[in-house]
Amino acid sequence: MNNTNILMRAGRWRWWELLLWAVALALPWVMNTHALIINEIAIVALFALSLDIILGYTGIVSLGHAAFFGMGAYTAALFSKHINPDPLFGLAVAMAVSTVLGAICSVTVQRGTDLTRLMVTMGVGLILMELANKLDWLTGGADGLQGVMMGPLLGRFEFDLYGSTAATYSIVVLFIMFVLARRFVNSPFGSTLKAIHDNRLRAMAIGIPVASRIAVAYTVAAGAAGMAGALLAQTTGFASLDVFEFHRSADLVLLLVIGGVGWLYGGVIGAIVFKVLQDAISSITPQYWTFWIGLFLVVLMLVGRERVVRPWTWFGTSSSKKKEGAA
Amino acid sequence: MLTILFDGIAYGMLLFILAVGIAVTMGLMNFVNLAHGAFAMVGGYVTVLLMQRLDVPFLLCLPIAFVTSALLGAVLERTLYRPLYKRPHLDQVMFSIGLTFMAVAAVDYFVGSTQQIMQLPEWLKGRTEIGEGAWMLGMGHYRLFIIAVCAALTIALQHILTKTRFGSRLRASVDDQRVAAGLGINVNVVFLATFAVGSGLAGLGGALGADVLGMDPTFPLKFMIYFLIVVAVGGTSSITGPLLAALLLGIADVAGKYYIPKLGAFIVYSLMIIILVWRPQGLFVRKGGKA
Repeated sequence: MNNTNILMRAGRWRWWELLLWAVALALPWVMNTHALIINEIAIVALFALSLDIILGYTGIVSLGHAAFFGMGAYTAALFSKHINPDPLFGLAVAMAVSTVLGAICSVTVQRGTDLTRLMVTMGVGLILMELANKLDWLTGGADGLQGVMMGPLLGRFEFDLYGSTAATYSIVVLFIMFVLARRFVNSPFGSTLKAIHDNRLRAMAIGIPVASRIAVAYTVAAGAAGMAGALLAQTTGFASLDVFEFHRSADLVLLLVIGGVGWLYGGVIGAIVFKVLQDAISSITPQYWTFWIGLFLVVLMLVGRERVVRPWTWFGTSSSKKKEGAA
Repeated sequence: MLTILFDGIAYGMLLFILAVGIAVTMGLMNFVNLAHGAFAMVGGYVTVLLMQRLDVPFLLCLPIAFVTSALLGAVLERTLYRPLYKRPHLDQVMFSIGLTFMAVAAVDYFVGSTQQIMQLPEWLKGRTEIGEGAWMLGMGHYRLFIIAVCAALTIALQHILTKTRFGSRLRASVDDQRVAAGLGINVNVVFLATFAVGSGLAGLGGALGADVLGMDPTFPLKFMIYFLIVVAVGGTSSITGPLLAALLLGIADVAGKYYIPKLGAFIVYSLMIIILVWRPQGLFVRKGGKA
């Protein structure tokens, strides 16, 4: 009984969290001129959230998460172009398709070492990029898929040029997915994922079906990443090969590492820091901003990310740990 | 058909020289060094720039490329890499990707983003053809040269690893660092030397491959996946594993691009995924051996 209490406590919402989400929802309308970047941050945050499920909670290293992101983006774009322009419908279809893709790919991450998984996940991403590049009659090839027209959201709210509607849409989706993900990782199922993360052999010994748990976590994460991709395609009305690019996966791991893995908010914080940094640096040196991000990475790893990110990670993990210790 | 096989072998040999350093760092130090391609790029650029700007003969450029990258590797090993040996793989990956990003942007800044053209010496430009029709074997002299150099290097490497004192120290350090240190082997120096040689070989590979693979600032990112495939498929416990994997990959890639150009690099990636799902520790790993 005590154990269930602990589980439930970790998933309980605190008042300041709700306040933060309320502020986030108000932002696109208050900071009207920054709505586009807020939209981007929300999308990247959702993408990072999905990686956190497999990297932070299950311990699966992936350098090809953009595969699902891109799949979602292209599915949503194609769906709205050829079948039905309703955004929510497209979002659902994109999620379904990338979930299926995730289920197929989950066979590849169950065995082997970190290195093998790095390779295989990267390989899947590259294969999809090649496909999107070569199937140019469908995807537009290197020029990208143009002419994606989105219908109004819920039949009423048009996507405007300033992106306030788009940003609100993305934040709402992010919030819903955040609530679901939180429910997911704090469930007994989520606890088995953490057990696998900590020690796979021990998890196996106490009777956790490791392979199938990893498969499910990977599939769920793929679905969420697909939704993030769909949001990007829908709110920008455009899908290009860029969504599959390797650096997208690498940046994603980076921003998750900045924000801290294994507590869901890490992705959101990482997304904010990363996007703001990117915006700031690339406005100074548009061409060489990768140099600075590289330098940042190197320094971060040499100094030790715990020391650098302490001010933020301090909130989530330490307070829940204290309570666990008390109980 | 034989020509394709020949080109594939040359390409595979080149990949092997480029990737053997990464095989060593991964197998020996258990360090996932994605920045390996950056060392290759350094070698390539040194060669190209020396030839373009200073008219240094090609054959002289190769050792210079080797030494430059080896020195760079030694310095970086001492200053940046060593503290990261004990850290989780993810940290190492992020660190080395960071280095790669920096190298890409720096080369872009100093040399420019256009692809560098290399003027091969006259005696390497020709092409010899043997046989007739479908079995005709066309050998580009430069590719022949690559094969010769790489084969010599492979034999030398194999000899150093299995026959010399340094080789046995290295193998001892691979198997158990602590015991090796206890026996009086200076593991740090062995690692430093190995890392330097690995980087140097990458640089040499970059210099040799500048003409075949093309040299532009995105080189490390473009070929990173290839090095990693060689290592992942071949396993890191021997020299022969990566060699066979590199040859397989080279032939598959050249043949795929020739016969089914529409699919492009698709074949190589699919092949890798199938192999890795089938044998996650690599194709050529002895049973019960250390992964």
